[in-house]
Amino acid sequence: MQAYAVIGAFLIIGVALPIATIVLATLVSPRRPNAIKDDTYECGLETVGETWVQFKVQYYIYALIFVVFDIEVVFLYPWAVAYNQLGLFALVEGLIFAGILIAGLLYAWRKDALSWF
Amino acid sequence: MELIDRLFINIGSAFNAFLLQYLSETVVAIIGMLLSAFIISNVAAFTFLFMTYLERKFVGRIQDRLGPNRVGPYGILQPIADGVKMFTKELITPEAAHKVVYNLAPALAVAPALMVFAVIPFGRDMVAADIDVGLLYLVAITSVTEIAIVMGGWASSNKYSLLGAMRAAAQMLSYEIPIVLTLLNLILMAGTLRLTTMVDVQVVPFVLLQPVAFAIFLVAAAAEVARPPFDIPEAESEIIAGYHTEYGGMRFGLFQMAEFVSAFGMACIMTTVFLGGWRPWLIPLPSWLWFAIKVFLVTFLWFWFRGTFPRLRIDQLQAYCWKFLVPASLLNVVVTGVLVSFFPIVRNGEVVVQGAGGWTTVTAIYLGANLLLALVLAILYRRPTARVAAQLRVDQAVPSATAAQEVHVT
Repeated sequence: MQAYAVIGAFLIIGVALPIATIVLATLVSPRRPNAIKDDTYECGLETVGETWVQFKVQYYIYALIFVVFDIEVVFLYPWAVAYNQLGLFALVEGLIFAGILIAGLLYAWRKDALSWF
Repeated sequence: MELIDRLFINIGSAFNAFLLQYLSETVVAIIGMLLSAFIISNVAAFTFLFMTYLERKFVGRIQDRLGPNRVGPYGILQPIADGVKMFTKELITPEAAHKVVYNLAPALAVAPALMVFAVIPFGRDMVAADIDVGLLYLVAITSVTEIAIVMGGWASSNKYSLLGAMRAAAQMLSYEIPIVLTLLNLILMAGTLRLTTMVDVQVVPFVLLQPVAFAIFLVAAAAEVARPPFDIPEAESEIIAGYHTEYGGMRFGLFQMAEFVSAFGMACIMTTVFLGGWRPWLIPLPSWLWFAIKVFLVTFLWFWFRGTFPRLRIDQLQAYCWKFLVPASLLNVVVTGVLVSFFPIVRNGEVVVQGAGGWTTVTAIYLGANLLLALVLAILYRRPTARVAAQLRVDQAVPSATAAQEVHVT
């Protein structure tokens, strides 16, 4: 339990350190805002239209495939830790699982989900 | 030797004993935790300063320049001058930005980068939090940084920032898969997620037993922390500065720090799981010194990458990850699974390989299997490799007249 408390300490320090830095920087840095300075910087051109627009779908598809693979980790990490105790059963099970994953990846590949349009 | 090896532990326990004279046990424990977190975080932060200097100097030399050489002897005080400059710059908040998220993002980027160091064993018995799910914790905490990056890019309300943030999200998500899968090989061999045990069982460093996994991890880790040539989230020649375009002064400094500290953390992870952590190689030096040496070896490899390779395009980057690294690492897991069930290294928490002879045999078997795997991958991917090589020849032929003639002749 002590070890997890240390991680809590790291969280506190990790958040406090950048906040302290920002506060200190706010105290020592000048503050002279004007309309042009606070404008959006796009290489000197004036920005056109909304920024938060609909975005390319490809990013979403990658994220979707990622979720599938990430959930598999939840299964595979305990499997790997207990691997030595489970014997041949673990090997067969792991092979089947990896096979399904590879099949899924190949399917996504064939469907051009991995290509950039 | 023994004394130097346990130097930091002895200082720590002496300080602890000193405090116990005046304060109760609980208070001392809390102070100790916060202090160790504070010291380790600051060491990481100062390593960031030192690393920026080394990188600029090293890349400068690769590009036939001198690098920073004005501030202090050999320009060694340059990072401090940069730090002072960043501190005294005005903190600009763009009018269009989402103020709360915009201000929160830099702090949130730094925190997970620092939290990585909680579980890293820096030397013999030198670990702040020796938890039993250390590796899982690392995988979880390293992926938090990308949330901060997306927050920063989105809240800036700048099209370039948003583009950079989206690229960062896609890239870091994708490259997390090969990292997680290669770590799986090591867990299979060591049978544990605890990092101190992982170091203990590496009589032979795992890089020799899993060279394919190491190669995949080296590339994927560079991409995960957006080191060049995988720095498309902030490609300055394309999208200004990517997700931190609208950040200035110390806020920008924090993003920069988060980037370097997470690169440093990734090097620490790689040293711990692949290079045998603090275990000395041949020369008996203090364990923490060996750890530092190995970390800087990995870091220099990344500097070298930066100096040598051109930046990739996002479609090439994603294709390389999903069509090569992910299938290759999946195949590697299968190979390791079979190997471990016939030639186990650890069984029920005990190392079963005995003596130098035993380790030589096991290393030879694992190394052979990995070379075979590399050969199979080379055969499977011969056509894409040939296509890329041909493309490179065409690209290089254009600017140089002599090269163009060579192409013409062949």
